[in-house]
Amino acid sequence: MSYLSARGLVRSYGRTPALRGVNLDVEEGEIVAVTGPSGCGKSTLLHCLAGILRPDAGEVTYRGRRIDTLSEGARAALRRTEFGVLFQFGQLVAELTAAENVALPLLLAGTGRREARTAALSWLDRLGVADFADQRPGEMSGGQQQRCAVARALVTEPRVLFCDEPTGALDSLAGEQVLGHLVRLAREQRTTVVLVTHDVQVAAYGDREIMLRDGAADPTGLGTVAAQQ
Amino acid sequence: MSTPHVLLGLLVDGPKHGYDLKRAHDLKLPRAKPVAFGQVYATLGRLVRDGLVVPAGQDRDAGPDRTSYELTEEGRKALKEWIAAVEAPMPHLSSVLLAKVVVALLVGDVNQAREYLAAQRAAHTTRLRELTGVKTDPDASLSDVIAADFGIAHLDADLRWLQTTLDRVADLHREVTTR
Ligand SMILES: Nc1ncnc2c1ncn2[C@@H]1O[C@H](COP(=O)(O)OP(=O)(O)O)[C@@H](O)[C@H]1O
Ligand SMILES: [Mg+2]
Repeated sequence: MSYLSARGLVRSYGRTPALRGVNLDVEEGEIVAVTGPSGCGKSTLLHCLAGILRPDAGEVTYRGRRIDTLSEGARAALRRTEFGVLFQFGQLVAELTAAENVALPLLLAGTGRREARTAALSWLDRLGVADFADQRPGEMSGGQQQRCAVARALVTEPRVLFCDEPTGALDSLAGEQVLGHLVRLAREQRTTVVLVTHDVQVAAYGDREIMLRDGAADPTGLGTVAAQQ
Repeated sequence: MSTPHVLLGLLVDGPKHGYDLKRAHDLKLPRAKPVAFGQVYATLGRLVRDGLVVPAGQDRDAGPDRTSYELTEEGRKALKEWIAAVEAPMPHLSSVLLAKVVVALLVGDVNQAREYLAAQRAAHTTRLRELTGVKTDPDASLSDVIAADFGIAHLDADLRWLQTTLDRVADLHREVTTR
């Protein structure tokens, strides 16, 4: 069985179908790009895989265990300890410095202040933004902020990192730096990465691509898929 | 083709043998097709004829491949002019892609057009991933990175067109098959 799998995932928002029977398998340590046009269900799929959203039907299994049926509390615990998430922007707390932002997930998990700060500084350094440790997000460029967000997502050393258009708000050079760091660090840590993007250049950072089309996987890339269940 | 000027450029920092030129060409332009020895010697012959390079001595065991070549003043001037000249903004590779799709549609084989497009898209995606790997290699030099960027930007443009065309042809396919 795969490290992370989805079987027949169905999810609607009211009467709008977003996922219509998605199957997907991700192996440990893989960096998988999930691609497809806007509105095809990428974000919904990511949220279901990360235990943020519950599918209407279908199953999500992670390391041999079903997680879609877990309670809200158990899924929240999973997200705190095993999963990391990275969104397009706006994840950093504006009132906190970069180091405080990165230390936050550790503090929430009960790590001591000093230890959390040391870890935060080390992660900021690995992302090349150590100089901004005591600056607030508003004093950094978009690319620097997003590198802090990567540090914050990785500081807990998650087993799986879920990224939703992580460079969507950046120019291409800044995006390249974020992705370069992210992919290098994920490989060093053997972190499994699910990278959602509509951009082929971003998808090319992955080992493999899963194409979505109208709420279902499109393995042939022909653009016409029948919903599977 | 730009091979003559690339060879001129490789001679800027001093005379080189044909063999060194081939090696330097393939090293500096890792994304271009490797240049054949025969092409290097033929090109050098033409450059000598045009006065852009001159033979600059031979090794002891003199053969044609042991002659080294040197840039002339004329050659330097030609190189400068070539660099300054803007290229006609024409698509290159994509014209072949276009031709195949147009021909497939002419033949009336919508399915073959779709299958070709999907397969070409997959091949482009694989290449894009390879070039991205070149770029993220910590040992990549600046010229490796900018050469990879060049390839990536062109593949990206082709991929956008491939995807849009695939969508259009899929619409056409639906029309044809549901009629
Ligand atoms: N919160 C929401 N409420 C209503 N419809 C939504 C919501 N989120 C997404 N959708 C719809 O679900 C479909 C899939 O959306 P999404 O998963 O965001 O796709 P993608 O990330 O590929 O753009 C779209 O039709 C979108 O409009
Ligand atoms: Mg989205």
